[in-house]
Amino acid sequence: MCLAIPGQVTEIAGPLAKVDFGGIRRDIGVTLVPEVRIGDYVLVHAGFAIQVIDFDEAQRQLELIREIDQFDDTPVREELPSDV
Amino acid sequence: MSNPPLLDRFADPALISTLLSKLLVQPARTLRFMEVCGTHTMAIFQSGLRSPLADKGIELLSGPGCPVCVTAQEDIDLALYIASDPQVTFCTFGDMMRVPGTVHSLSDLKAEGADVRVVYSPLDALTLARQDPRRRVVFLAIGFETTVPAIASTVLEAVQEQLTNFFILPAHKTIPEAMLLLAKHPELQLDGFICPGHVSVIIGEQAYQPVVEQGKAPCVITGFEPLDILRGIGGLVRQVEEQTARVENAYSRVVKPEGNPQAQSMIQLVFAPATVKWRGLGAIEHSGLALKPEYQQFDIRQFYREFSPPPPDPRQSKCRCGEVLLGKIKPPECALFGKGCTPDEPLGACMVSQEGSCQAYYRYRHWEGANAGQ
Repeated sequence: MCLAIPGQVTEIAGPLAKVDFGGIRRDIGVTLVPEVRIGDYVLVHAGFAIQVIDFDEAQRQLELIREIDQFDDTPVREELPSDV
Repeated sequence: MSNPPLLDRFADPALISTLLSKLLVQPARTLRFMEVCGTHTMAIFQSGLRSPLADKGIELLSGPGCPVCVTAQEDIDLALYIASDPQVTFCTFGDMMRVPGTVHSLSDLKAEGADVRVVYSPLDALTLARQDPRRRVVFLAIGFETTVPAIASTVLEAVQEQLTNFFILPAHKTIPEAMLLLAKHPELQLDGFICPGHVSVIIGEQAYQPVVEQGKAPCVITGFEPLDILRGIGGLVRQVEEQTARVENAYSRVVKPEGNPQAQSMIQLVFAPATVKWRGLGAIEHSGLALKPEYQQFDIRQFYREFSPPPPDPRQSKCRCGEVLLGKIKPPECALFGKGCTPDEPLGACMVSQEGSCQAYYRYRHWEGANAGQ
C-alpha cells in the first residue's frame, strides 16, 4: 500500500507532470512537490509525487556503507546522472 | 529511460553480504524488532534476509502497517453497503477488492453487477466523477500518511472544480500513535522499530519523538532495498547496545528531517485528528483522520446514516489477524493459516493484502524454510 516508485519528470503542466517509469509514461500529480523541476527523479505513490529524490544524499549514504565495507573500491560518483 | 542511476547500488549483493557480516555483531540475546510497514515485510522476504538475521539473533516481527489489514470490519461492511447502492460508482485501490466483509467482498459485489472500479489514484475517481455528474462517485480513502496527502489534494481539486458528485469514505489511519501503543505493550517486549519509510517521507523524523521518549523504543527510518534494511537494523542494534532510544534516519535520500511540509499542510487543511478503531488494536485516540467541518460535504457517510453492521460470521471469529497485527503471534501459529485461509480463499484481511503478514509468510513459506514459521 505504501509502495512508492521512482520515476523521472519529463514535462510539467500545472498540477500534473509526465513521469517516465523506465519507458512507461504517466500523468502524475505534483501538487505535493512544488519544488519539482524537469529532469528530477521523484518518488510516486497513488498517482502523486511525494518527494524529489536527493542523489547527493544517496551517494552520501553509499559512502557511509563503503566506510564499513573497506574492500569495495568501485567509484560511485561516475554513476550519478548527468542532469542531477 | 532506465531505472534511476545509483539506486541499484542499494541492492548490490557484494555490499549486502559484507554489511551483513561486518555491521551486525551477534547480540547477547535475541533482539525483537518490528518492521511496522507491510512494504518492509515484503521487501525483507524478497531480499532473503529474514533467515540470516534470525541466525544472528535478530527476530523481525511484522507490524500493523498494512492499511487493508487494519481497516476495522465495520468500515469494510459500510464500504460494501455503500458500494451495493445502484446510484454509486465505488472506487478503490485493488488491494481492497477481495477483503472479506462479514457477508461478501467488493469483488463479489462487482461480479453481481455493482459498479465497483479499481483505480490507481484518487485522481482517477475524480475523472469518473467529472465524466458522469449523475452518479455518486465514492473513493474508499484507506491508507496511512503516505496516501493521505494524495486524497487531500484530490478533495481540494474537487472543491476548485465545484464537483458535487465526488465523495470519499474516510478510513485513514496515522502510524506514530499505533507505534506508541505497541512500544508500551507489556506482552510484546519490543527492542525497536524499523519505521515505515514512505510514511516518514511525509511526516519526517520528529513525528516519532513520542515513541522514543514515552515508549523508550529505538526508531530507525529506512528504505526498502536490502542495504537500507541492513543499515536500519544495524542502527537499532547499536541503540540497544548503547541503551538509548532515539530517531535515526537511514533513508535521507527521500526522508528529510522535517518530512514534506507541503503534504503536511494539505493534510491539516482538509483533515483533523480523530479517534478510530483498528482491527486488532482497538480504538486509538487521535490515530485517524476525519474531514474538517468545511469539507464535510465530501463525506459519503452522510447519506448512509441508517447503516448498522451485520452480526459477525462465526467462521471469521477463528481468524487471529488481530494478534498477527500486534506482533503477538506469527501467521503460521494461526490454525487457519494455509488450512482454510489462503491467498486464493482468504478468511482474514492479512491474507488478502499483497502486504499482509499472512500473505507474505504464505508466499515465502518455502523459501525461508523453518525460520519463517517460527
